[in-house]
Amino acid sequence: MGTEHSYIGWFLLITPLAASVAILLHLYKKHDMAIFASIGSAVICFLIALDVAFGNLPAPEPWTWISLPGSSESPSVNIEIGMIFDALSKGMLLIVTGVGMLVHIYSYGYMKNDPGRGRFFGGLSIFMFSMTGIVLSTNLIELFFFWEGVGLSSYLLIGFWFTKESAAAAANKAFVCNRLADFGFMIGILTYWLLSGSVSIEPAVVANYHPAISLAQVQTTLTPMEQSLHHGPSINVRHIGGIEATSFLLTIMVLGLFLGCVGKSAMFPFHVWLPDAMEGPTPVSALIHAATMVAAGVYMLCRVYPLLILSSTGMTVIASIGCFTAIFAALIAVQQNDIKRILAYSTLSQLGYMVMAVGCGGPDAAMFHLSTHAFFKALLFLAAGSVIHALHDEQDIWKMGGLSKKIPLTYWTFLIGMLALSGFPPFAGFFSKDYILSVAYDRNPIFYWVGVAAAFFTAFYMTRLVVVAFLGPARTPAAEHPHESPPVMTIPLVLLAILSLVGGWSIVGIKAHYHDWFVSVLNAVGLVPTGVESAIPLAESGIFPDWLVPLMTVSAGAVSAFFLYRGRDRDPLNIKLLAHKFYCDEFYDRNLVGGQQRTARVLNWMDSWILEGLIIRGAAYISVGVGEVFRLFQTGSLQTYAFIFSIGGVLLIYFTLFTH
Amino acid sequence: MNFSPLLLLLLAPLIAIVFILLKAPAQMTAGIAALFNLALSIGLLFIYPAAQGGYEWEMNVPWVNLPGLPPINLHVGVDGISLPLVFLTAIVTFAAVAISPGFIRRTSEYYCYLLLMSLGAMGAFISLDLFFFFIFHEFALIPTFLLIGIWGAQNRQFASFQVTIYLMAGSLILLAGLIALVMALPAPARTFDIVALQAYVTVHPIAPAAQDVIFFLLLIGFGILVGLFPFHSWAPPGYASAPPATAMLHAGILKKFAIYGMIRIAIPMLHDGFETCLPLILTLLSLNFLYAGFVTLAQKELPTMIGFSSVMHMGYLFLGIACWNIIGVTGAVVLMVGHGLSAALLFGLSGEITHRSGENRFAELGGLAQRAPLLAVLFSFASMASMGVPGLANFAGELMVFFGSITAKLWIPIMSEGHGIPGAIFTVIAIYGTVLTAIFQLRAIKHVFYGAMPARYDPHAASGETLASPGMTDVSTLAENVPYILLILASLIIGFMPFLLIHIVEPSVSLLPFMPSLR
Repeated sequence: MGTEHSYIGWFLLITPLAASVAILLHLYKKHDMAIFASIGSAVICFLIALDVAFGNLPAPEPWTWISLPGSSESPSVNIEIGMIFDALSKGMLLIVTGVGMLVHIYSYGYMKNDPGRGRFFGGLSIFMFSMTGIVLSTNLIELFFFWEGVGLSSYLLIGFWFTKESAAAAANKAFVCNRLADFGFMIGILTYWLLSGSVSIEPAVVANYHPAISLAQVQTTLTPMEQSLHHGPSINVRHIGGIEATSFLLTIMVLGLFLGCVGKSAMFPFHVWLPDAMEGPTPVSALIHAATMVAAGVYMLCRVYPLLILSSTGMTVIASIGCFTAIFAALIAVQQNDIKRILAYSTLSQLGYMVMAVGCGGPDAAMFHLSTHAFFKALLFLAAGSVIHALHDEQDIWKMGGLSKKIPLTYWTFLIGMLALSGFPPFAGFFSKDYILSVAYDRNPIFYWVGVAAAFFTAFYMTRLVVVAFLGPARTPAAEHPHESPPVMTIPLVLLAILSLVGGWSIVGIKAHYHDWFVSVLNAVGLVPTGVESAIPLAESGIFPDWLVPLMTVSAGAVSAFFLYRGRDRDPLNIKLLAHKFYCDEFYDRNLVGGQQRTARVLNWMDSWILEGLIIRGAAYISVGVGEVFRLFQTGSLQTYAFIFSIGGVLLIYFTLFTH
Repeated sequence: MNFSPLLLLLLAPLIAIVFILLKAPAQMTAGIAALFNLALSIGLLFIYPAAQGGYEWEMNVPWVNLPGLPPINLHVGVDGISLPLVFLTAIVTFAAVAISPGFIRRTSEYYCYLLLMSLGAMGAFISLDLFFFFIFHEFALIPTFLLIGIWGAQNRQFASFQVTIYLMAGSLILLAGLIALVMALPAPARTFDIVALQAYVTVHPIAPAAQDVIFFLLLIGFGILVGLFPFHSWAPPGYASAPPATAMLHAGILKKFAIYGMIRIAIPMLHDGFETCLPLILTLLSLNFLYAGFVTLAQKELPTMIGFSSVMHMGYLFLGIACWNIIGVTGAVVLMVGHGLSAALLFGLSGEITHRSGENRFAELGGLAQRAPLLAVLFSFASMASMGVPGLANFAGELMVFFGSITAKLWIPIMSEGHGIPGAIFTVIAIYGTVLTAIFQLRAIKHVFYGAMPARYDPHAASGETLASPGMTDVSTLAENVPYILLILASLIIGFMPFLLIHIVEPSVSLLPFMPSLR
């Protein structure tokens, strides 16, 4: 443990915060200044991040935020605001600041003519502040602080065009969904504190905590993971406040923490907010709702991974929810027509892969895929934004067509993103998705096969998107004369396209970077989980080369979509269930929102008629004594009373001050 | 006799009242007095010797000696629990005076009443004598009734009436409880002095059976004053018709009197009674969250919604003190400040909205952010504070209440020994409260500021008809903004740096009797 500190790290937070405050207070109408401040802060953050990642800049000294003593019954509360610079956060920091900076630059072109662009960049800066905070948090409360901060900036930016009813509704939906999930997250955090007496997520502290739970127990939960905690050897139970650190509480803790991820990363059944979030400007969709913020849930899971493995039930739930979301969202994407919504569902599906990887014991695979996904999904969204820009806000792919010749740079970069997302070699997505699938196979072949099926649909809907939007003849007049976007928008596209190509290569080393780190962390807590340890389980199983089945599936998906959609003007498939997204929104509106409103109305009726009307007012009228009070306080005499009272008050002060 | 600077906090509004009655410009005079108090209270916060946690700037002057009663002394002093409330009173008073209209019916009377409300609240928080503690609060209630009755909005007569009866009934029950508390002591030991009383009952506790009765009386009395379920019916209509400044002062400050009384008097002096009544408190506060929370969801008018939400948020404060551990009670004190700021903001801003738009029904409002962007920003800040978004004071307080309550031995026995509803369930309910708050608060923002704007608010509307009002105006001048910005700034400072407040509050809280501690 080095004691060296450098205050420079704070500027990762101060710079974007200062930019957003300046915009809020003064610059929201001075657009150029606002944009300069915001982009400038993003560039500075990226430079500091480079220094952190490659220059070994030490972390700044933490300061105490809340410190309260405990008692014989409860642990103390010690919450520090600090920064953690380790391999995990360094990698994530580079992605956040790097992609963030590119999106800032792109936005300069994309939002050029919007009358509210000062406000837009202010929101982006709040986001950069909060997101950087999440990545660097040393404890769960600090993380929660910034966690809600990204939720807030997401809310502000989804509702950016607030005069649109749909945008306002989407912003509310996003915030409320996240709040509901944070309800679970907070319970998870509190349970962790209850069990360990700490909220820290620094690897060293978490490693310390493990022996308290009992190492023997932990190892039995892992190898084989299916073995339930209940059957483990007798455990060294920790008593705090009369509560035993039983497996029940461990499971509550893990599921609670996971619920936070379910909200932020929009896992089923909280996925409904993310597609609606596409109401926001496209750069926001790229940065917040694809590359970074929604991945924060996955990052958080990886950060607390040594805690997650304490509950095998929790791990199974995580893997299952992730797996289900992957296939569920991929199926919905097959029948969507809005270019941004297709990409949104694909984001859901890819996040499902990452969460599944965590649940299957492969946090390194999850982080690997998170990184490559950040590159190619940001690329896809920005390229889609370029298309929308070129077509003057047209988002329906059936009103596009023939764009490949007219806006070639956008087309080629989009194509690279599509190939990376679908998982074709040698693009980045191939390596990371392949790694996840191999981890999944090791955990349970069912996860593997569902993952492969989702990969098939991924290739299918992405090919459909490209064929319909970019190939064939133009279907509308607007699609006849699109204009390529300015360089300020296309340069970020090219840079992201390069990253989407090379990001998965072992020479770049993202995979090894995370793999080595997780192995060292898990060694420190005295365990090596199956997923991280065996990088190539499928190959060892000796059935087939591990990359062959996914590649064949993906190719089949792409080829079938190509021939199905080539030259079509209307969708030959017409699957209502998928087009209506499995009727989730309708179900929620009718049952959850509706039920809540009904409850509210019934209680309100009770309040105004029964409680207030009958019981309280009735009692008041009946009671003679109160009736007397009534008469005394009628408006006229009330003032008399007040007058007398005031005189009394003056006399009181007089006696007090002058008679002794 | 040394003169306590705390008396200046009372003298400043009194002198201002005298000047106003002598026809000095009312708002200006009241504002100067409030600003003086604000500066003084901030100064006191900085020089208060926090590490000891004891009473500071004490002054004990005999006042009257009535036959048959213990002597009544003017005993003032503040510790880390009351000092933040003094600050809260000062800052909310300043904001309330500053946002009040310069020209209003019976101007000088209006500002005198506002100052009297503030004076009463301030007096109650600095009093260390039961008599003055109670009387000062009463002293603040009378102008509250008058302000609602004379300057209130829709059906002000009825609202004033209802609030009067409710709060007077609550005060009477509270008075009965306080008298019973003093009378429960043997005659020579009887005193109104809170410090002496506490010292005596710590050594010679009151008989448990008597404690139960007295605590119950105090709980009901304080409960009515604070709007604990099911005694909340006065609050929403009362706040809805009160002038904004009055709602700010009452919901922001005066309500805290009851919570403060629970912390200062009821729980430490009647601890057995507290433990007997704990299941009742927990049940009622849960209903504050769930019942009042859902009722808030059903409101169709902005002021009533905010009234109900302030009822609901009393649940956090009650939960914090029900824990009776350092973490929870410190959280409750911080949250009192946080809630005071956010409630004042919400009531003030809702007043701006209804006043400027001439409308308070959600269905009739919309899109106002186009005409009043600054108002939208301020209201969003206030809503975020109320929702407990990190970075604002309420989050820090709520967080500590969560931490405190999950470890506290809260337990509602149901069947036999050791079976019942575990305390953590109340933490869960409280956290769920933040979800409900987000739902109704965001909906308020959406209905008022987002979406399409009704044409009557647009002076540039295409139709040539003359508008009844010149559209919707924003809070444009500095004088209109500053009070709100000040409140938001205070909330932000506490939210980002809660340790500033905690290091003042915590030592005093840890000195409270029956506080579990490692020491």
